[in-house]
Amino acid sequence: MATTIARYWRETPRRYNLGGSRCTVCRTIYFPPRSVCPSCSTHRQSLGKMEPFQLSGEGEVYSFCTVHDAAEGFEMEVPYVLALVKTREGPLLTGQVVDLPAERVRIGLKVRATFRKLREEGKAGVIHYGYKFSPAEEPPPHRRPGRSSEPSRSGTPAPEEGRVRA
Amino acid sequence: MREVAVIGAGMTRFGELWDLSFREIGIEAGFQALVDAKLSSHQLNAFYLGNMASGSLLEQEHIAPLVIDYAGLAGHHVGAIRVEAGGASGAVALHQGYLAVASGAYDYVVVGGAEKLTDVPDFTANRISGSTADQEWESVFGATLPGLWALVARRHMHDYGTTREQLAHVPVQAHAMGAKNPNAHFRNKITLETVLGAGPVAEPLGVFDCAPLSDGAAAVVLGPMDEAKKHQEIPIRIAASQVACDTMALQHRRELTTLEATVTAARQAFALAHRAPADVQVAEIDDSYSIAALVALEDLGFAEKGKSGALFAQGAFAPGARTVVNPSGGLKAQGRPFGAVGVAQAVEVVRQLRGQSGERQVPGARLGLTHNIGGTGATAVVHLFERVN
Amino acid sequence: MDVGIVSYGAYVPRYRITPGEIGRVWGADGEGMGASLNVKRKSVPAPDEDTITISTEALRVALLRGAIDPQEIGAIYVGSESHPYAVKPTATVVAQAVGATPYLTAADFEFACKAGTAAIQTCMGLVGSGMIRYGIAIGADTSQGAPGDALEYSASAGGAAFVIGREHLIARIRHTASYTTDTPDFWRREGQRYPSHSGRFTGEPAFFRHVTECARRMFEVAGTQPRDYQHVVFHQPNGKFPQRVGKQLGFTEEQMRYGLVTPYIGNTYSGAALIGLAHVLDHAEPKDRILVVGYGSGAGSDAFDLDATEEVGELDRSFGQPVSEFLEQGIELPYAVYAKFRGKIHMGGS
Repeated sequence: MATTIARYWRETPRRYNLGGSRCTVCRTIYFPPRSVCPSCSTHRQSLGKMEPFQLSGEGEVYSFCTVHDAAEGFEMEVPYVLALVKTREGPLLTGQVVDLPAERVRIGLKVRATFRKLREEGKAGVIHYGYKFSPAEEPPPHRRPGRSSEPSRSGTPAPEEGRVRA
Repeated sequence: MREVAVIGAGMTRFGELWDLSFREIGIEAGFQALVDAKLSSHQLNAFYLGNMASGSLLEQEHIAPLVIDYAGLAGHHVGAIRVEAGGASGAVALHQGYLAVASGAYDYVVVGGAEKLTDVPDFTANRISGSTADQEWESVFGATLPGLWALVARRHMHDYGTTREQLAHVPVQAHAMGAKNPNAHFRNKITLETVLGAGPVAEPLGVFDCAPLSDGAAAVVLGPMDEAKKHQEIPIRIAASQVACDTMALQHRRELTTLEATVTAARQAFALAHRAPADVQVAEIDDSYSIAALVALEDLGFAEKGKSGALFAQGAFAPGARTVVNPSGGLKAQGRPFGAVGVAQAVEVVRQLRGQSGERQVPGARLGLTHNIGGTGATAVVHLFERVN
Repeated sequence: MDVGIVSYGAYVPRYRITPGEIGRVWGADGEGMGASLNVKRKSVPAPDEDTITISTEALRVALLRGAIDPQEIGAIYVGSESHPYAVKPTATVVAQAVGATPYLTAADFEFACKAGTAAIQTCMGLVGSGMIRYGIAIGADTSQGAPGDALEYSASAGGAAFVIGREHLIARIRHTASYTTDTPDFWRREGQRYPSHSGRFTGEPAFFRHVTECARRMFEVAGTQPRDYQHVVFHQPNGKFPQRVGKQLGFTEEQMRYGLVTPYIGNTYSGAALIGLAHVLDHAEPKDRILVVGYGSGAGSDAFDLDATEEVGELDRSFGQPVSEFLEQGIELPYAVYAKFRGKIHMGGS
């Protein structure tokens, strides 16, 4: 399906980097970001009080399926695993699980976001990139990378608030 | 609010109607309903058309006046309004028609639903139906409608022990019913082995877990209950008409295996009608996917949470049961022309309550329910119909 | 002031194919070919991977390992001969994807297989002059060999990213040297899908002459000799050439132990020497001296003389995936699936 480039481009911060939002009233985290919080929407207390919030990209498979009858533009990837991923911060994300045979995907599988091509606008059009998920059984969930002697420099935020990982 | 009756009903056969155009099927269903209601055209105040995607399927927007035009009613300048709510377009159109008559703004309206899916290739039709889910946060990642429902199925199996075999009972019963319905897209009986051996679409769902792409149209005529007898020997009262919505994307639901829109619409409908699920003898529910039917049975109150699979497999919703589900064959066997579905469900229930359903008649049915959803349940519509005398 | 590597990361796609499987399809002795090239398996990118995604994954690991604030990055250079677009940069997507935009400079390099080492040299200049705090040099490729061509047995995909800076160095770059001539042993014309090569001419007058001469130049400049190095990394279009050139120069198997990765993942072109360097850094001890000699066909050679600092042991080098995992792991594909993944199957329609 041909669509305008702008429609993809404006979502880049979300699709590349998992930028979500958090309600400063009730602290609920959302992805994609919302301008009003559904949890305290009754009196619109949250209007203008949503702040950017960075997801870590770490989570686990909440449900999954193996798509054989592909959506247009995904034919070359069939069969592919489509999943709902429960992120460490809370929000559920829809995305593909890659780098693991379908029969080894299970509910509860630890995954992390990985940067992949989402689709191409034909052979001559632009290429859209964004997140998918790959297995991540190894790293413990709250591990802080960096140097052992000096865990964080340059005011680098901890992974939870960091902006690197998606 | 005054009481509203269905005084006429009509529908085309559902299926691959290669020789019929959108205009033709729309008119056929409408005329059947008008003749059934013994209503002359000049009495008609308005026309509501449930249609999901004429723009992308036929490259024809503004489709409601087109149907009125070819029905020969353009000279009467009857107002024609298209209603879109994905797969629930027909049921939401019915809700609009109901409100118009109930409020007294209009006396007589036709509510139609029509969709022509075979004028585009299958993959295009699937893409368009997939666009009833969230394009930006689901479809863009390769999510298809059956894929999203497969996510619901996997979680239902995980949380409640629902089995692949239990899911397979849904299409098997649907085809058994469709075999008795001359309007059905599929009139062949199938076995559990057929379903379980079919090719995968989005595992755990296979080909037979998914309703087909069909052409078709259906229409009902609504009027005030106190005038209904002039038009129809057995008018059927609309006891409740409820629409409820939820998040567009599955990922934002509070619970994956419950459609809160269905729960809400059903709860409000039963409360308004002072009835309970156990009072319903015939129900036409949305079985666009086998798992959707099981989830709907729980959300509507016909089965306890998590028990629908086992109950269905035991025949708890088959002919002879307290509540017979989808005697038409449902979306799976009668067919799935998106915008027509919600109206066709009403046609089936009205005919059942009138006792006109022949081989598949549910004996003595007096209270009927229809349930229609859009996308993965962002819209849910529940209607209750009652035979009054 | 010292300039060097602050952090690094590598990425190799998960799929593999063996020379035996490739030879089976073309009626060739694939296993024999693999043995003569010293290539046991080569990596295959998934249909949703390209130089942009590989570069991004490698850089994300590098930034997380080093706890680098992406906003401190002043330049990103991505060296590759398989940029996804002919016109539209790779480095901007990578910069956006790691959160380094908008206040930085960026460019794509194409310089045969030494575009990544050229990127390191460029970053050294910018960092050393004080223009920027961190420079990012990436070498990555998703190389293709024409079906049935000798190149198909080795051309693979992967990349590595290096954060070049002045402080908290895990390895100082003490010297760099280059050796550049016009030697046309391998090329791809604009619009051509697969590269062409000049057969055995790619050996002696091309790879061997340039690598040898560049290494000797490095010894001169640095005042070193082979036995001063604990590790050596050569460009590695196959597993044999680097072994041979290493022996010719007087290096031992032990010195080449970590720097040679092509036998397990194939020739990652712009990524090859850099993934080898990443593997060396995974194992380097403080004070280890490292020699890197890259090579690009028709482009020449770049050499680096490095020594590991005390900080190499303090970096969390096991974060993300160490190179050894890429060398050991993988999902093997049959040729048909590989052909589908690499777009070698003619599809109907538009």
